[in-house]
Amino acid sequence: MDLSTSNIIGDLVRQYAPFSWVAAIVNGIIALVAVMAVGVGPAPILIWWERKVAAFTQARLGPMRLGPWGLLQTVADVLKLLFKELITPRGADKFIFFLAPALPLTASFLVLAVIPWDHNLQVANPGMGVPFVIAISGLGILGSLVAGWASNNKFALLGSLRSGAQMVSYEVSLSLIMLFVVLVSGTTDLREIVVNQQGPFWHWWIIKAPVLGFVAFVMYMISATAELNRAPFDMVEAEQELTAGFHTEYSSTAFAMFFLAEYINLVATSALASTFFLGGFLPFQIGIAGVDHLLMLIPGFLWMAMKILGLITLFMFFRWTYPRPRVDQLMMLEWKFLLPANLILLALGAVFVAFGLIIP
Amino acid sequence: MEMVKRPLPAGFTKIAGDSDTEEYFINMGPQHPATHGVLRLVLKLDGEIVRECVPHLGYIHRGIEKQGESETYLQYIHLTDRMDYITAHQNNHSVCLAIEKAMNIGVPERAEYIRVLVLELQRLSSHFMFLGCFGGDMGAQTALLYGFKEREVMTDIFDELCGGRLTFNYMRPGGVANDIPANFLDRVRGLMKTTRVAIDEFERLLTGNIIIQERTRGIGILTKENALAYGCTGPTLRASGFSYDLRKDDPYSIYDRLDFDIPIFHNGDCFDRYLIRVEEMRQSIRIIEQCLKEIPAEGPYRSKEKPSYRLPAGSYYAATETAKGVFGTYVVADKGDKPWRIHSRSPNLANLSAINEMVKGHMIADVIAVITTIDVVIPDIDR
Repeated sequence: MDLSTSNIIGDLVRQYAPFSWVAAIVNGIIALVAVMAVGVGPAPILIWWERKVAAFTQARLGPMRLGPWGLLQTVADVLKLLFKELITPRGADKFIFFLAPALPLTASFLVLAVIPWDHNLQVANPGMGVPFVIAISGLGILGSLVAGWASNNKFALLGSLRSGAQMVSYEVSLSLIMLFVVLVSGTTDLREIVVNQQGPFWHWWIIKAPVLGFVAFVMYMISATAELNRAPFDMVEAEQELTAGFHTEYSSTAFAMFFLAEYINLVATSALASTFFLGGFLPFQIGIAGVDHLLMLIPGFLWMAMKILGLITLFMFFRWTYPRPRVDQLMMLEWKFLLPANLILLALGAVFVAFGLIIP
Repeated sequence: MEMVKRPLPAGFTKIAGDSDTEEYFINMGPQHPATHGVLRLVLKLDGEIVRECVPHLGYIHRGIEKQGESETYLQYIHLTDRMDYITAHQNNHSVCLAIEKAMNIGVPERAEYIRVLVLELQRLSSHFMFLGCFGGDMGAQTALLYGFKEREVMTDIFDELCGGRLTFNYMRPGGVANDIPANFLDRVRGLMKTTRVAIDEFERLLTGNIIIQERTRGIGILTKENALAYGCTGPTLRASGFSYDLRKDDPYSIYDRLDFDIPIFHNGDCFDRYLIRVEEMRQSIRIIEQCLKEIPAEGPYRSKEKPSYRLPAGSYYAATETAKGVFGTYVVADKGDKPWRIHSRSPNLANLSAINEMVKGHMIADVIAVITTIDVVIPDIDR
């Protein structure tokens, strides 16, 4: 199989553009549209899927009235949200108040831009892919942090303070797990990390790095749940405690943007998990030639989408199954348990690599 | 920025050496997703830690007791439905007991069994709602739905029994409003089988859950002394290690003939308040199964109806053990067909009044755990 990268669309634009700066702008717009399509496109479907998963867990049907299986329910909800009044609370810092919803969206779009969707399907492929992702995902924290501050509401402020503490903490273990993957695969290039897992499914990092890979995957999922502010670690919103946490005062489109960002973030985080541990866009192969050929007929981006959907469904089951720990218990989990465990994992990974137990 | 020195909200005391700049107040409610109604808690917070909690009442005050003075005794029964609507049958029963006591009205054997069946079904449905809300308030939304799913079956049975799903108005002085439908006993028998399974399911879902345990063990401890001092009753009191249940200690109806235990726990924390309700549900099933066996097949469901109930002058008190605690009805009668004064002693008011003792020093999330485990229903507090 040809593993070399080529930039067909980019090259085409460059070839026909009269000036190089035109090509740069056109390519930029194409990239933006692509990322937005990948990010915003699945969000309504995911919201519908979340409701269906919730309904399944709770022994009910979920949305059924609008469209087949209630597929149009999300459309109706979005329309309702858009027609609501955009309320700015008295005493709010207006500029920051309306800037805040844009920040998490921006961060998730930037992460989506570097994710390889197929052999030749990636908006940008920086050599420092993993550090880029770590750096950018820090931006997402800023959104909920300033949203609570600008709202002039004590519940929102409490929520944003929690979000600051929680997301910064879990960022640490998330970064350490990413470093573990970098360590075992010997590259920070996201595409190369995927290509390193070429082969049957036991060549994926979750299995290929003996035991450690699975442990790292489990810890990634825990940290990611906290990082995404999803239940059971949704202290930031904590409906029962803080009404709606940092977005208590947001309505209409501003709230819709937070809501959207949550789902795009979900896609981005699951895409990263799939890239790091589940072979990204590589097809699922079982090592039997005939079956593998059939499986390979399914294009890479569909494999990627399937893996992402599987992980997202897992996140959704977490959300609808577990009760929520208290905020101090969550911090304890990170600093007293996950962080030391991650450091040990990293050290063990280094030992394994040094003794040749893991071959990148 | 200029700091404005604000006066303390009503109900708070200034502690010497307490700096105003570090602590702040937050209004939890009256509109809040987890206060089970329009309950307003003013919390004095130090970061996330609650220093003091003052409940403010009156947001759903309807003047039921005053209204009761201008309505006949029979009409007052339906007003008690609107107090603790989760335990409507048990509230009704308390008023009926007071009237029966005052007028020496006897209750036929069969009517007593119907009453106890209905009362214990009501206890089960209330506790299922508690289990659901407990899970829901802890963040496990699914448990909420499961609780309502089980309660729904009982609501359906009540629907067939008396046409009401929430406010039943089924009890009458001397019996019940109408006879049970033909398939009532079979439905209850079938229900007992599924309910046992459902309780076990809840135990698997919540009791062993590490997050639930971490959230509730040692949280919101109500000592036996405090519980007694504040007049707490029901599971809230019994979880603190004091056994007081009217069904055993001051038996009414036919409870003295039935074989059941009063579960008691000693820590007084949120987890015990949860466990005791699970245990009580098992005991309720025991009671219901005995009633199903012993209920006479034939017989009147009500002693002879009177055209109007005129209580002899004097004051009367009767209390029942509802799912929340002791619900008492105090009547001052003046020979008329309407009470001169009628008062309901609601268990939730006393239970809620101890909230400051329970949440002091804990975090905001624990306030929710406490509110949900004392299982308050706000319309019962305000009346």
